Amino acid sequence: MTAKPSLALRATAIAGIVFLHFPLLVILLYAFTTEDRTYQFPPPGLTLKWFGIAFARADMWDALWLSVRVAAVATLVALVLGTMVAGAMYRFNFLGKDVITLSFILPIALPGILTGIALLTSIKRVGLEPSFWTIVIGHATFCVVTVYNNVVARFRRMSYSQIEASMDLGADWFQTFRHVVLPSVATALLAGGMLAFALSFDEVIVTTFTAGSDKTLPIWFLGELFKPRERPVTNVVAIFVTAVTFVPILLSQRLTQSAEDLHGGGKTT
Amino acid sequence: MQTAVQLNNLSCVFGSVRAVDGVSLEIGTGEFFSMLGPSGSGKTTCLRLIGGFEVPTGGYIVLFGQDAAKLPPYARDVNTVFQDYALFPHMNVLDNVAYALMVRGVARSERYRRAGEMLELVKLAGLEKRRPAQLSGGQRQRVALARALINRPKLLLLDEPLGALDLKLREEMQIELKALQRSLGITFVYVTHDQSEALSMSDRVAVFNYGKIEQLDTPKGLYEYPRTEFVARFVGSANVLEGRLISQGVGQFALRPERVRITVGSEPKANHLVGRLLDVHYLGSQTRYEVEVEGARVTALTTSDATALPIGSTVTLSWDAASLRRLEDTTNSPRQKASV
Repeated sequence: MTAKPSLALRATAIAGIVFLHFPLLVILLYAFTTEDRTYQFPPPGLTLKWFGIAFARADMWDALWLSVRVAAVATLVALVLGTMVAGAMYRFNFLGKDVITLSFILPIALPGILTGIALLTSIKRVGLEPSFWTIVIGHATFCVVTVYNNVVARFRRMSYSQIEASMDLGADWFQTFRHVVLPSVATALLAGGMLAFALSFDEVIVTTFTAGSDKTLPIWFLGELFKPRERPVTNVVAIFVTAVTFVPILLSQRLTQSAEDLHGGGKTT
Repeated sequence: MQTAVQLNNLSCVFGSVRAVDGVSLEIGTGEFFSMLGPSGSGKTTCLRLIGGFEVPTGGYIVLFGQDAAKLPPYARDVNTVFQDYALFPHMNVLDNVAYALMVRGVARSERYRRAGEMLELVKLAGLEKRRPAQLSGGQRQRVALARALINRPKLLLLDEPLGALDLKLREEMQIELKALQRSLGITFVYVTHDQSEALSMSDRVAVFNYGKIEQLDTPKGLYEYPRTEFVARFVGSANVLEGRLISQGVGQFALRPERVRITVGSEPKANHLVGRLLDVHYLGSQTRYEVEVEGARVTALTTSDATALPIGSTVTLSWDAASLRRLEDTTNSPRQKASV
């Protein structure tokens, strides 16, 4: 047995990492270039002026704010519905359960374009105007799945006798949910919610069909890329979004690491 | 004696399975009552019906004079020690034990004080801050016990609580549980598939088979006077002989192996069988002999002595007529009969 990996293995690993991260570096670098049309290398000069231009763009802020709101509401809907469905699937056996489970997780497997067309037809059919809420509904279809998958996996690891023990000791359904079920699934909710938020935040295809004239951030990006001028603005916004999304990712890592202490110590009544 | 539990023609059907099939019994307050049976005999379902975790499909459950068939678990003055202990993994030992007080809104200092007392009762003082995952099986069992007893229930249900412990620990806990039950004066309903456990701890035992009670008696009554072949074989071991007894007629009779005497050679006397010695098992204080008699197998258990009987030799088995127990013809079990 050798302690050191072979040269070929190391080279492949490094090549893989470079392949994954090089585009990010390109974006980082060209956020500072003085040339606004092409990705000429090396950049003719470095400047910070694109940051000022980008942050002054009202349409960028509108798109960002819309995306944040859509993702937040879609995640919230997904957390409530996903947990309820997971609970039902865990607890009850009924006719057609497998069919319902399948149709429930289908939106994440189905090509977005199908979901998009189906939603658009349905929205027109019931006479809704494409708006903020239609985007939320579109996103919720696949956000629910990520929460459901996380929570149902956690439920399966939890012994049902814990719930029975809680009821046996005098807790009603609500108290049992709050003191026994919720602490057990908290990290699953966090993971599922983060994933749902991330999925919603960069969703393009379903949004294109359900958004009408509203522009979420990914759609704003697409529009910007086809414009010949001010290319570095998109790079600046991309860096900004990357930096902002890092915060919840780091936070969730911290939370799941200390999850044991988090919902253990000092129970509150 | 006031009645703690009264089951009247209780049934619970899951699909096509009659898990509990018309069970009627009464348990007095302060009694240590065991439900004994093989797995799938309905004893655990019966316990869960008393606890409120299953809804009966027929019959009545009366707890302390109150109809309880439709009451949810939290509305019954009953607590349960679960087979897998069902401790809350995200809470420490103290919070687990104090849970019942917490959900009732008892102030924090008061509930921790009482939880501390319970932990002393089950000899776990000092482990308050541990998580269930940091405890041994025996310690978890004690936490589950303390948690179930903190409300001072009038009735405690125990579902094979010692099943996961090793033999030595199990015997210690049997003695402790029995002592605890005596000192607290709480009615215990104890489910087990271990007949020696049921015999050693209980005031009375109900033997379950196929969802029905096969026999309900004191431990001594069950062992000395088994009514059916199933009980005779399940509680202790038994030779079941078929034949005619002048005083009791034709039928099946149970004969405990330790009531059988074994001698070398063929020696005609009353109440005897002659056979060939198949096998000898030396068990320390006792020796078990397997004897073939006319194609059937009869077991004798005697106090060990120095004489060794050679395998294959002809032996005579004999017993007192009073040791034979006439068994009822009907039995729930579709079991092969060993006849002699």
